[in-house]
Amino acid sequence: MSQKLRQFSKNQIFWPLMVLLAILLANGIVSGGSFFEMRIVDGHLYGRLIDILRNGSKLMVLAIGITMALATGGTDISVGSVMAISGAVACSIVDGRLLPGASGNVAVAVVLALLAGVLCGLWNGVLIAKVKIQPIVATMILMVAGRGIAQLITEGKIVTINSDAYYFINGGYILGLPFPLFIVAFAFVLVMLFTRKTAFGLFIEAIGVNSVSSRFTGIKVDRIKLMIYTFSGLMAAVAGLIESAGIKGADCNNAGLLIELDAILSVAIGGTSLFGGRFSIPASVIGALIIQSISTSVLAMGVAPEVTLVVKSLIVVVICLVQSKKFKETIAGKFSRRAVKEA
Amino acid sequence: MKREADSTVFAFQNYSTFYVRRGMFQMKKRALICVVAACMMLLVAACGTSQPSGQGSESTNDKLVVGFAQIGQESGWRDAETASIQFYAGQNLDTIDLKFADAQQKQENQIKAIKSFIEMGVDVIGVAPVVETGWDAVFTEAKDAGIPIVLVDRRADVDESLYATFIGSDFIEEGKNAAIEMSVLLGGSGKIVQLEGTVGASAANDRKKGFEDEIAANHPGIEIVASQTGDFTRAKGKEVMESFLKTYGNEIKGIYGHNDDMALGAIEAIKEAGLKPGSDVAVVSVDGVRGIFEAMAAGEANVTIECNPLLGPQFFEACQTLKNGGTVEKWIKSDEGIYRADTAAADLPNRKY
Repeated sequence: MSQKLRQFSKNQIFWPLMVLLAILLANGIVSGGSFFEMRIVDGHLYGRLIDILRNGSKLMVLAIGITMALATGGTDISVGSVMAISGAVACSIVDGRLLPGASGNVAVAVVLALLAGVLCGLWNGVLIAKVKIQPIVATMILMVAGRGIAQLITEGKIVTINSDAYYFINGGYILGLPFPLFIVAFAFVLVMLFTRKTAFGLFIEAIGVNSVSSRFTGIKVDRIKLMIYTFSGLMAAVAGLIESAGIKGADCNNAGLLIELDAILSVAIGGTSLFGGRFSIPASVIGALIIQSISTSVLAMGVAPEVTLVVKSLIVVVICLVQSKKFKETIAGKFSRRAVKEA
Repeated sequence: MKREADSTVFAFQNYSTFYVRRGMFQMKKRALICVVAACMMLLVAACGTSQPSGQGSESTNDKLVVGFAQIGQESGWRDAETASIQFYAGQNLDTIDLKFADAQQKQENQIKAIKSFIEMGVDVIGVAPVVETGWDAVFTEAKDAGIPIVLVDRRADVDESLYATFIGSDFIEEGKNAAIEMSVLLGGSGKIVQLEGTVGASAANDRKKGFEDEIAANHPGIEIVASQTGDFTRAKGKEVMESFLKTYGNEIKGIYGHNDDMALGAIEAIKEAGLKPGSDVAVVSVDGVRGIFEAMAAGEANVTIECNPLLGPQFFEACQTLKNGGTVEKWIKSDEGIYRADTAAADLPNRKY
């Protein structure tokens, strides 16, 4: 038993999980237990934990997509803009201003929005894998231009829609649990099977460690990068659907604004190195939950709006210190040295 | 030793020829992709540029010649303002000659536009300053040329003598009106929450101040139990409201949003909690965008305090007075109304933004 526990504590997922539990526990203590309160409203679960899961779903989806890009030593900072594009496409079709022929069909809107995400991802992938532009620069093009494209689609307005079917993507419930959770679970299982039951995950890590030698061992580096960025675009589109469904509209100026940084931070908190190499999708998902629970706890504790950002960043600093091997060793060293002196 | 070195060189050459041949093959493909990329960039750039353009030809003396330096396209609100000014000028082509410049959110572009307006010798210059500071030099230049400056919807941090008038909303008044409406809706007592705008924005600061001062002074029964920023966005408004509802539950009788979009987000959160926005929880917000009128018509929101971007008529009226040598007030408050749910369905078709 303790053997297993020790083994688990070496796992990449161990520290992120501890941090998440610590944050939730701290909230529970501060709120006197009401943080964990859960009741049933209109046949679905209702409580802060559900809020964390539902509001964190878009970040979890993004983290799943972006982890692989980071594991190859690249990055994708265009995800926020791709979210705006996918939301704009979907809402414009549901609203009927785009493709009036589809007469507001939600299925058509969702499929085309996802397709738009795939196209954006493909564009990033081609620039990175074929044209060999550095990932941060290549994806910056779409990060800047993407929001403009989204605004062109919606003509610079916030498109408000009133479709219950579309709202279901964010606000729907299955078995009392929010629908976005099922989207996350689906993407998660799919990616886990693909990266852990095939050699694909190993290829990604190989590219992250040394992309030149990976090529010489016969790994099709370009093709894998193309796939990764396309997938990241698709995940961003899914996140865009979740976000726009939640507010029943496409808000191109603000949809996913700066969320790429949160997504990268989720992966980093999950312990995946931004230089590439070993990666863990479950750890990234937990990282995303950590970030969302920080936002939720700042709101729950009623921190004054002027200092929320400072509080958030302080928590992140603490988490990064907890994650840092060097920091832990230094602290451990201090303690053991003192112990030696005392002896 | 030497042989080893040779073999390395050989291997390297071998590798490089392999790479060059591969490269030649890929070169064309890459060139094509580059060209496509360049075209796209150009397209995007072309969409964004627009030069100061006059709507009439040479200015004649009897026409009112106005130069207007707009910030650019930043929001639906500003687009509505631009449209209002251009529409009014277009309606009065025989009396007004409007020279319009889009500064694309850059102060230097606005300064350039103002300088070119001075050179053209327009009668009045209108400007919506993108930032508050750094206007003294160019405004002094306009003053020396005898051209009055009209500030539109945003203030500039300059001496009062440098501009003729400011046309815009009184955010404090908006907050005060919202407080009065809220009090009427709640019958003078109840707990409410506030969704603030972006921290530090003047609209957020003043709408908060106006609201809180009025509540404290004249409506002792109303208690603001929580106040948090929603960054003027729907998504944040919804998230913050979700949290408020978890903490205070159905104690919350009203919500005041510094803009309509946050209120629209909050409405979704209220429904999620199994309450009825508009009846269980009163919704009061500021701006008057289309979305809130739709919500009011559906009975999910109660009141919106208009923050009017349609400043065209007031702007040109002030310009005409200034050209005729008349004096105008230092602050012309924009015509703003209060819209309530009972008339929302009728108002909806008239909303332009």
